[in-house]
Amino acid sequence: MGHSAKGILCEGLSKSFHRGAVTAVESINLKIDQGELFGLIGPDGAGKTTLMRLLTTLLKADRGNATVDGLDITEDYKMIRQTVGYMPGRFSLYQDLTVAENLNFFATLFNTTVSSNIDLIHDIYVQIEPFSDRRAGQLSGGMKQKLALCCALIHKPTVLFLDEPTTGVDVVSRKEFWGMLAGLRTLGITILVSTPYMDEAMRCDRIALIQAGEIMQVNTPQGIIESYPLTLYAVKAEDTFRLLQDSKAYHNTRSCFAFGSYLHLTFRGEDPNLVREYMEYLYRKGHDSLTINKIAPTIEDCFMYLMNSKPMTSTRL
Amino acid sequence: MTSDITIKTLRLSKAYGHFKAVDQISFEVYAGEIFGFLGANGAGKTTAMRMLCGLLEPSSGEASVAGFDVYRRPEAIKKRIGYMSQKFSLYEDLTILENIRFFGGIYGLTYAQIREKGKLLTAELGLEAQAHSLVGSLPLGWKQKLAFSVAVLHDPKIVFLDEPTGGVDPITRRQFWDLIYAAAARGVTIFVTTHYMDEAEYCDRVSIMVDGRMVAMNSPEQLKLQYKAGSMEEVFYQLARKAQRSD
Repeated sequence: MGHSAKGILCEGLSKSFHRGAVTAVESINLKIDQGELFGLIGPDGAGKTTLMRLLTTLLKADRGNATVDGLDITEDYKMIRQTVGYMPGRFSLYQDLTVAENLNFFATLFNTTVSSNIDLIHDIYVQIEPFSDRRAGQLSGGMKQKLALCCALIHKPTVLFLDEPTTGVDVVSRKEFWGMLAGLRTLGITILVSTPYMDEAMRCDRIALIQAGEIMQVNTPQGIIESYPLTLYAVKAEDTFRLLQDSKAYHNTRSCFAFGSYLHLTFRGEDPNLVREYMEYLYRKGHDSLTINKIAPTIEDCFMYLMNSKPMTSTRL
Repeated sequence: MTSDITIKTLRLSKAYGHFKAVDQISFEVYAGEIFGFLGANGAGKTTAMRMLCGLLEPSSGEASVAGFDVYRRPEAIKKRIGYMSQKFSLYEDLTILENIRFFGGIYGLTYAQIREKGKLLTAELGLEAQAHSLVGSLPLGWKQKLAFSVAVLHDPKIVFLDEPTGGVDPITRRQFWDLIYAAAARGVTIFVTTHYMDEAEYCDRVSIMVDGRMVAMNSPEQLKLQYKAGSMEEVFYQLARKAQRSD
């Protein structure tokens, strides 16, 4: 691989813990382009944090290699640490320093000043500026998140790693945070962001669906949706729970999952008569106000399809 | 769901100085109901839940849980409720059976009851072969399902679930809701918070707190009609974006 390659490149990256007893990530191959907003989508324990810690040189890989903006994660780790920004999943600023002190501290660590980098963080900084004398530990969750993002950006990193920035945050703050990322994206920063919320995938240029340490699929969100190979139906009835039970028990049901007030259902096979036979079955079971529509899958549908079509290491013991 | 009331509050409040963490909330929850307790960060959900669990004395207002007054009988309430959250569930360095024995003991079950419940629970979850494995070695989804089963080990009237499915994979998240439905069908009242808005749709009724007050409470269907929204996420967004405070 050429050292001029910007962005992120992983080749067969693997890491296990407890002397190999627990595989955290296995043979990760990934190419993220410069300036891309790339999402790592998967549940807790999928390996998202391990991958981030390998790429930010906080962990050493067992096997494989990776470069970040052309820098090797093993040989050039010192340079990587100077050029990347990292916001860990757990709030890790100094709680007993004020907002201004935290910013100054991180700027100084990187031999720079807040004022010389203010343009990059300006839009986010103005929102926490009224609290600049408040200790970080006294900030609200949303404000802590904004301060952490400012601190991760203070040295003008070319690559930004954000580990689950929206976990445990309500819908309103999550929308606001993704708005900020869209702003940073226009500045040409490469962003790798992880999240367990499948709906956030749509905000990324491309995503990797990760489960049990392995990447199941990489594509644009639209590309992932288009590669879903089955016909998916949304079904609704008066009694959702009974509909779910009856649909699961139906002999031609391939998969059936609750999605809010609907069920998302696929059949074994693509015979056009399947829908009619299924509806007749439901009427016989006494369901009322039935509707069924062919729909495009969501990222979550795709994720569950991929989970079920692989040997399931995560839910198998 | 029946018409028996298991939780009842009237102008329940908790103030810290001038700060009204929970501001005069009034509601009733029925036996076997799945009650979704939603709110923005810092809206006062945790404070309200702590009062209902008998862990925090209210400043004013009334509340009774499982028929007991929260001021006078908090210990009686604790015996009759179950609780689990994303953060606290089970002891990782104890085995599945040891956890069952521990929590069964805490809730005053006899040895015979614990043995029987332990067998039943591991069989239901298909965990017989792992009964002597450390909980820490289980995948997160299994831990959360196990934690739920342990939280209802003593047949509580009400179980409080604080973001039980946070970070869990989408298939396990739905299996977890199967457990919730099964418990509700047995008559257990489910009081649940979540950040997944699709899960709000699985509740019989949903309440939404903003800035310490309860600004909406109804079935998901009615709320969507009332706010002319296509999903609970839109309902929540309309209400919560007006919030003045966050946690």
